[in-house]
Amino acid sequence: MTSLPATPHRLGERRPWTAVVHEWATTVDHKRLGIMYVVTGMIFLVVAGLEGSAMRAQLTFAENKLISPEVFNQLFTMHGTTMVFLMGMPVLLGMANFLVPLQIGARDMAFPRLNAFGFWLFLLGSILLYFSYLGAPGLDGAAAAPDVGWFAYAPLTERPFSRGNSTDYWILGIMVGGFGSMTTAINLIATTLCMRCPGMTLMRMPLLTWMMLVVAILILTAIPVLTAAQVMLLFDRSLGAHFFDTQNGGDAVFWQHLFWFFGHPEVYILILPGFGFISEVIPVFSRKVIFGYPLMVAATVAIMFISLGVWAHHMFVVGLGPFLNSLFAATTFLVSIPTGIKVFNWLATLWGGHIRFTASMMFALGFLAMFVLGGLTGIMLAVVPFDWQLSDTYFVVGHFHYVLIGGLLNAIFAGLFFWFPKATGRLLSETLGKWSFWLLQIGFTLTFGPMHISGILGMPRRIAYYEPDRGWEIWNQISSFGVIFQILAVALFAWNVITSLRSGRRAGNDPWDAWTLEWATTSPPPEHNFDTIPVVGSRRPLWDSKHPEDPDSSYGA
Amino acid sequence: MVGVCAVSHLMLLATVSIDNLEVCTPGVSPTSIFHPAGPAATHLNDVIWLVVGVTAAIGVVVLTLLGVAIVKGRRPAGLSPGAEPTQVFGSNQVELAWTVVPTVIVFLLTLVTVRVIRDVDLTEMPDGALRVQVIGHQWWWEYRYPELGIVTANELVVPVGRKIWLELESADVSHSWWVPRLAGKRDVIPNYQTNTWFQADATGTYLGQCAEYCGTAHAGMLLRVDAIDAAAFEAWSTAQRSTAADPSSAVAMRGRAVFESLACASCHTVSGVSDGLFGPDLSHVASRATLGSGAIDFSEDNVRRWIDNPQAIKPGCNMPSLGLTPDELTAVVAYLMGLR
Repeated sequence: MTSLPATPHRLGERRPWTAVVHEWATTVDHKRLGIMYVVTGMIFLVVAGLEGSAMRAQLTFAENKLISPEVFNQLFTMHGTTMVFLMGMPVLLGMANFLVPLQIGARDMAFPRLNAFGFWLFLLGSILLYFSYLGAPGLDGAAAAPDVGWFAYAPLTERPFSRGNSTDYWILGIMVGGFGSMTTAINLIATTLCMRCPGMTLMRMPLLTWMMLVVAILILTAIPVLTAAQVMLLFDRSLGAHFFDTQNGGDAVFWQHLFWFFGHPEVYILILPGFGFISEVIPVFSRKVIFGYPLMVAATVAIMFISLGVWAHHMFVVGLGPFLNSLFAATTFLVSIPTGIKVFNWLATLWGGHIRFTASMMFALGFLAMFVLGGLTGIMLAVVPFDWQLSDTYFVVGHFHYVLIGGLLNAIFAGLFFWFPKATGRLLSETLGKWSFWLLQIGFTLTFGPMHISGILGMPRRIAYYEPDRGWEIWNQISSFGVIFQILAVALFAWNVITSLRSGRRAGNDPWDAWTLEWATTSPPPEHNFDTIPVVGSRRPLWDSKHPEDPDSSYGA
Repeated sequence: MVGVCAVSHLMLLATVSIDNLEVCTPGVSPTSIFHPAGPAATHLNDVIWLVVGVTAAIGVVVLTLLGVAIVKGRRPAGLSPGAEPTQVFGSNQVELAWTVVPTVIVFLLTLVTVRVIRDVDLTEMPDGALRVQVIGHQWWWEYRYPELGIVTANELVVPVGRKIWLELESADVSHSWWVPRLAGKRDVIPNYQTNTWFQADATGTYLGQCAEYCGTAHAGMLLRVDAIDAAAFEAWSTAQRSTAADPSSAVAMRGRAVFESLACASCHTVSGVSDGLFGPDLSHVASRATLGSGAIDFSEDNVRRWIDNPQAIKPGCNMPSLGLTPDELTAVVAYLMGLR
């Protein structure tokens, strides 16, 4: 440890590149690992975005022959898998890595080397998945990349229907990355439970940290189920087992249960960190304390429990029978109660505030609007008869892109604009940020709004081409048109990051006049985070120090 | 409890009138869920409008609140830099209100949902229904009418105004049977038998397609239901039950010889000639309107194109090009065109 420099290198300092690479490759610093996670995840956002754009190009015209069905099926498989496992998870776990120790006044995560191990596992898994393009071809007629959908329904994944090795790369890539996520989850739980600074009781933890704790518990509950299912599938494919091999008595519905027992909590693993970013950004730019902190915590924990009991709402069209369909409809409706509480509490936080329309805040408000719309179509899909019509259609694609792109991606951008200055010491350009914001909202709406209509008009998901007489073409063309705006928005953001790293305004310790502990240290923070471990007396330690005449602690907060 | 049930019932009734509003006029899309053509789809449509109404109302309220909060929340001009708004930590009463109200809405929606599930999700064949076995294949549909002794493919012919009970099974991977104007979708899963039902209230052709990703040619696995009146159905089923027609010309005769001597016969059944099971039954193929599970219309030219190179018409499908000579091709086409 003594050979490592005491502080991260200063911006603009010249050293040989090998030294820089060596320093990053061997680091166990939670902040550097966090940054590496986020950067890798954002690179995969571009990759998956290009895959999505290629699909939109193909679907612009009915009976289009631009992309063959084989390639199209690989595109949607890789797009979904990449967005969930290679973009969503690493960006969110990366931000948790960076922020949680700072927010609770700790010097690092509980297990720094395990933390580094988790990141490198994730990277290995990602490379394995994309290596399939090189490693999987060989057999005549075998796919060059996974083409079984991100949900990999059995028995399409079994040897008779999926020749070659592409499905094996899908299994191994996700499984290895999954072990990385599990180690990070263990680390986050240990850190939040054992490493909090004096005075930081559980009910004084910032909401982001609370939500990351809940996410970590969900990861530890859900990912092992997926891993187990993948091991069974690997046994089927390589060792002649018959878990899901329907040609030898295997059970296709069993895979669906296992996959969605992971898959639905996974949705909350992705969205809860977004809730966390919003719960930090909205109070600071409304200049108000979060409304109803205890209920927000309770709602988060409630979501965790309920999300473990709703998985079969992905299976309403399987024919589980009236009893199970009714039961899972009821539990699914239940999720909307704690989620609604959160939305109302954010609105109440805004209410009567002094709103500052920074780029970060605008993304947070964009999140609120988009997420509400995505949540409402979610309620519609929980109505089983509605789902019988619209399951596996573009309506569902529109629904979850409102939640995960309009919702989560907005929340991620809100978070990136908010904490970029803390991570780098420089502010992102507000002007470019607002351009990105508006382009992205226009792009989202144009691309994902019309998908609801094409779904209602009967267009199923995952089709490589469609008939011209169905009335779907115009809605698909609007969807494709919107992609241009989204590409511009992301390109502008990349340009913003590059230029701001070189010449952005210096941030100082606390550019937003915020209240949680990460703003009490320098930007970027030293490797040990805090020169002296802070002691806190309320949920907003920096409010207390800025307003000694009216501290939160006098309200019991 | 009784009161709540009554309320949910009233909400259902109230939506029946909304249902008559034609939002999507027929002709805009032959597969719109808002243009049901039978009770199974109409039941679903009733509740769909109720839910769209409730969620739209919630959306308007929440987004209006968001808009007002943003507009009213603009930082007043001329405020001293350090001035902060009043810090409100929460309110038990207010928070209780926005916990209880959604809970009530959710409870009502659950009751309505359970009601429609009970009405539509039948577990046993209704009395007087016509039983049809649906077998999903990569990437086409096999239809068997066990009571009538009929086996056909890709085009489901049914009598109008009669309940049709479908027993769904798969020969390979999972598929999903979905004709939006007739009924919601139901998955077709290997080693399981799933069921669904529908009834077409008017004669006509109803379209749909496989709704569960099932491999390379998933997009080409189209569905078609032809509802015809009872007399026409009687005539159709008599014709389908008969043994396949013998060739009526010398060239068609040669076509049958080619069909029997090459791989055609090992995949396709023609009653009295061959008993292959991998591909669609061709005993009465010339009575159908389409080829390749809806890929192209049935015509002499298209049959020729299809047999010559099926991959060009439906990429990824399991039928290979057999490399027939033009003479052989002409003969086989002549034979198939006679299988009415």
